[in-house]
Amino acid sequence: MSDLADLTVSEAASSIRRGEATSLEITNAVIARAGVTESHLHAYLTFDQDAARAAAQAADAALAAGDDGGLFHGIPIALKDNMTTRGTETTAGSKILSGYVPPYNATVVRRLQDRHAVILGKTNLDEFAMGSSTENSAYGPTRNPWDTDRVPGGSSGGSAAAVAVGSALAALGSDTGGSIRQPASLCGIVGVKPTYGLVSRYGLIAFASSLDQIGPFARTVGDTAALLEVIVGHDIHDATSYRGDVPPISTALETGVAGMRIGVVKELSGEGIDDEVAAACRAMYEKLAAAGAEVTEVSLPASETALSAYYLIAPAEASANLARFDGVRYGLRVDGDTTEEMMARTRAEGFGPEVARRILLGTYALSAGYYDAFYGQAQKVRTLVRRDFAAAYEKVDVLVSPTSPTTAFPIGERTADPLSMYYADVCTIASNLAGDPSGSIPIALDSAALPIGFQIMAPALHEEQLFRVAAEVERLAEFRQRPELATSEVRPA
Amino acid sequence: MPVDIDIAKVARLARLALSPEKLAEYDSQLQDILEHAERVGALPTEGVPPTSHPLPMTNAFRPDEVKASLDRDEVLEQAPERAGEYFRVPRILGES
Amino acid sequence: MSGWEAVIGIETHVELQTESKMFCGCPVRFGAEPNTTVCPVCLGLPGALPVPNEEAIERILRIGAAFECTLVEGSLFHRKNYFYPDLPKNYQITQYDLPFCIDGHLDIEADGEEVRVGITRVHMEEDTGKSIHGSETGRIHDAEYSLLDFNRSGVPLVEIVSEPDIRTPEQARAYAAELQRVVRSLGVSDARLEEGSVRFDANISVRRAGDDFGTRAEVKNMNSLRSLQRAIAYEIDRQIALIESGSEVVQETRHWDEGSGKTSSMRSKEESEDYRYFQEPDLVPLHVDQTWRDRVFAGLPELPAVRRHRIAATGVDRQAAAVMVEAGDLADLFDEAVSLGSEARTVGNWLSGDVVAYLRRNETTLADTHLQAEHLQELAVMVGEGALSSTAAKDVLARVLAGEGSPRAIAEQHDLLQISDTGALEAEVEAVLADNPDVLAKLQSGDLKPIGFLVGQVMRATGGKADPKVVSELIRNKATAG
Ligand SMILES: [Zn+2]
Repeated sequence: MSDLADLTVSEAASSIRRGEATSLEITNAVIARAGVTESHLHAYLTFDQDAARAAAQAADAALAAGDDGGLFHGIPIALKDNMTTRGTETTAGSKILSGYVPPYNATVVRRLQDRHAVILGKTNLDEFAMGSSTENSAYGPTRNPWDTDRVPGGSSGGSAAAVAVGSALAALGSDTGGSIRQPASLCGIVGVKPTYGLVSRYGLIAFASSLDQIGPFARTVGDTAALLEVIVGHDIHDATSYRGDVPPISTALETGVAGMRIGVVKELSGEGIDDEVAAACRAMYEKLAAAGAEVTEVSLPASETALSAYYLIAPAEASANLARFDGVRYGLRVDGDTTEEMMARTRAEGFGPEVARRILLGTYALSAGYYDAFYGQAQKVRTLVRRDFAAAYEKVDVLVSPTSPTTAFPIGERTADPLSMYYADVCTIASNLAGDPSGSIPIALDSAALPIGFQIMAPALHEEQLFRVAAEVERLAEFRQRPELATSEVRPA
Repeated sequence: MPVDIDIAKVARLARLALSPEKLAEYDSQLQDILEHAERVGALPTEGVPPTSHPLPMTNAFRPDEVKASLDRDEVLEQAPERAGEYFRVPRILGES
Repeated sequence: MSGWEAVIGIETHVELQTESKMFCGCPVRFGAEPNTTVCPVCLGLPGALPVPNEEAIERILRIGAAFECTLVEGSLFHRKNYFYPDLPKNYQITQYDLPFCIDGHLDIEADGEEVRVGITRVHMEEDTGKSIHGSETGRIHDAEYSLLDFNRSGVPLVEIVSEPDIRTPEQARAYAAELQRVVRSLGVSDARLEEGSVRFDANISVRRAGDDFGTRAEVKNMNSLRSLQRAIAYEIDRQIALIESGSEVVQETRHWDEGSGKTSSMRSKEESEDYRYFQEPDLVPLHVDQTWRDRVFAGLPELPAVRRHRIAATGVDRQAAAVMVEAGDLADLFDEAVSLGSEARTVGNWLSGDVVAYLRRNETTLADTHLQAEHLQELAVMVGEGALSSTAAKDVLARVLAGEGSPRAIAEQHDLLQISDTGALEAEVEAVLADNPDVLAKLQSGDLKPIGFLVGQVMRATGGKADPKVVSELIRNKATAG
């Protein structure tokens, strides 16, 4: 591949330092790639070529002046559009924030800018990150680069599709119940949800505060770990931000898995998992065993109830988090005779059906008389899920499972049935409830040439172990396929 | 077991002006979801404390220091309706 | 209203005057230009997160400790959900079942008796913005539109909830006044009703003696202690009249109107509020351990009630002690002067009388005058030595307050020193006695009545500068010796 848009981040970083390519050249290649792919995918909501080129030139100049921001210096990356960017429209995929230009930057945005990363634009998502297909965006769906009749997963579908196709070398997403890992799986790239609290949420438009976490996407495990290293660390603006030392992340990528204890999650290996997905994962368990890991089956009994608990906790928190969208200070307003009427109309008009559904669900789950049976009970189940994980990590170092029960499904297939859509998160949700790190690594294509993702879960603050196994899985899988859209010549839309 | 939902009241609490047709649609979807969600009641949780937060942290504070506020024009520029130095809204019914 | 008893509980909101707001770095500043002390956090912008101000928490603990509350080891912040345009997030961060402080009390004195009012809880929350109602009358019901200013949004607010232990409007006023004194003495807020840095809402019900609690109404919008007392008195009468006429009290919120002197029902809500409280997921739990709790109690200043008693015990009258403690800075100056050795009663009377009058007359504050403890001490010594008459002392004090200098310098400059040197006065006394032999004879015969006349003659002869006590003594000695 000679196209600079197909370089990994580490390759691009080396090219820049060897003088083989400038940030501007790489950025231009990625802009050119987006020019080809965007009409097919709609990965971006905002794509600012001029700002990206200016940032790339500034990065080149800084490097020439000896100011080296590290691996992501001059690397074009994308941000999910639920992270606020000063001066750039930020909508969270919602009509209610149409035209909203934030007056401040999210902490992750500042950290990337401090390292001279080049921000290309804002990627599409399910409205307020609520969904598993990116079909819930008020601005139209994103399509899967492997099959444009299919969904890219969600809610960070735009970021995943962009990285898969080379319209960004890496990207940030957010994961509340699987919103990084599931689209990574469906798009055939690497995506990681870090330990809760490791990355500041300041400037992340909240969906469910106790579950939301920002994390990286890239095409390789190494690049993903490196991007995480740029954005981690305590932030005074986030009271839930972890205050201890940043744990090691990419220190064991070459170590291999010999002697590691790997637990296969029993509840996520049979029923409800697509046969081809299950088979591909089984093959990987065997390869890991052959590579020296001790692979055993582990049970997480409460995990079967985790989905139900999640669909009470997340909507409850969301119902309060989304109350601020009321037509008073920013965003959409639909007029009314009174403020009360104006607010209710604005919200009915501004929120899409899935968001309205979850707000209603969450409002109900918190209301007088139902709190104990629903929200209160769900929080107790959350404790049981955490205890399950704690017990499992007595026996094993990491847990593994499929990331998604199926590969990418057709656009429109599940939109009419919310429950079937919710089931897409069945493998990923428990990590959010527990607050533990978890990632997805592509391991194979199914018979329809759609990627299958492999999920690795680790105890809180043990990102190092997660990446250690991920790197081995990457080596064992030898997954090098790219979607046709990324490798073909310029095609008309 | 059918779940008891006063969907109109829930919509009022959530400040969503929904048509009767929409309310009926959400009502039935919420029934389905909540029937599924009732599984949380099936696990034995006697004496189990709730988890509200994944990390066992306490006392995250900031020092009492003044930081720069935002520029008023930048803030009011985003307002759907402004009146001079203020945000403006239609008349308010209830008093808090 | 015989046979009736009122049951009153008071909810107090105190705005803490920290440097920055409760959850963001915006300044806490009264009277700033509209919408200038705002940021993503206190405007509820998408993505913003709250981080608690440690000093605000320190201060609420101090308040709780002053009421001898239990400081709760593990407390939490909750979200209280309701939509209102001055509440940017449409939920308020507050505390629910685990507040910082519980089970305290405040002792007050009213109608000549001491009453202990229980403090149920003291919790932390954030203030809302302000809405200005656009209409001819400025009243919400007539307004066509409202304007919003979010400067106050997020100012740390402490809510102090009393038990329904208050029985009369006078007690309610005494409670509110004493609460203000306590808060001020802690240095956490100036607790000014006019500026809204303290607000009192009263829950009032009436019952026939011995009956269960009646239905209560909440009365808001009292902006002085006097209006608090009046509003409660009005509401008690209204409720009794209502019941006596066969009607019932409705549980509702009522608005006090200062002009008409009446309470009126605020628009009632269609359904009872359902605030859907749940633990604030953007904040972590609070842990106030034993060391912290001990430090808070140990760091408390002397509270007003204790201080009043202590000062009264030095011989200052109770009223004077109360006046000084009320002002705070006067009591500080008193303590300092007494520690320098000044006579407590004299200094107490000056401070609570002359100084207060001077400050009021000149519309100034103690800090803006030049009065120092050393001045009071010097003045007290001069009076004690007889170098200054008590009338002259008041004149000197006023001049010290005005910044004319030290008492001795002022007294000398204005020729106010009195002659109390017996040697210097002897000749004057002799002369007066010589001029009035018949009066002297009366004295010598045992009739001491004319002594005042003779003292007056000596005073006139010395231009008023003689110490009358010394003169009187001299005359008496002469008469008996003669
Ligand atoms: Zn602020």
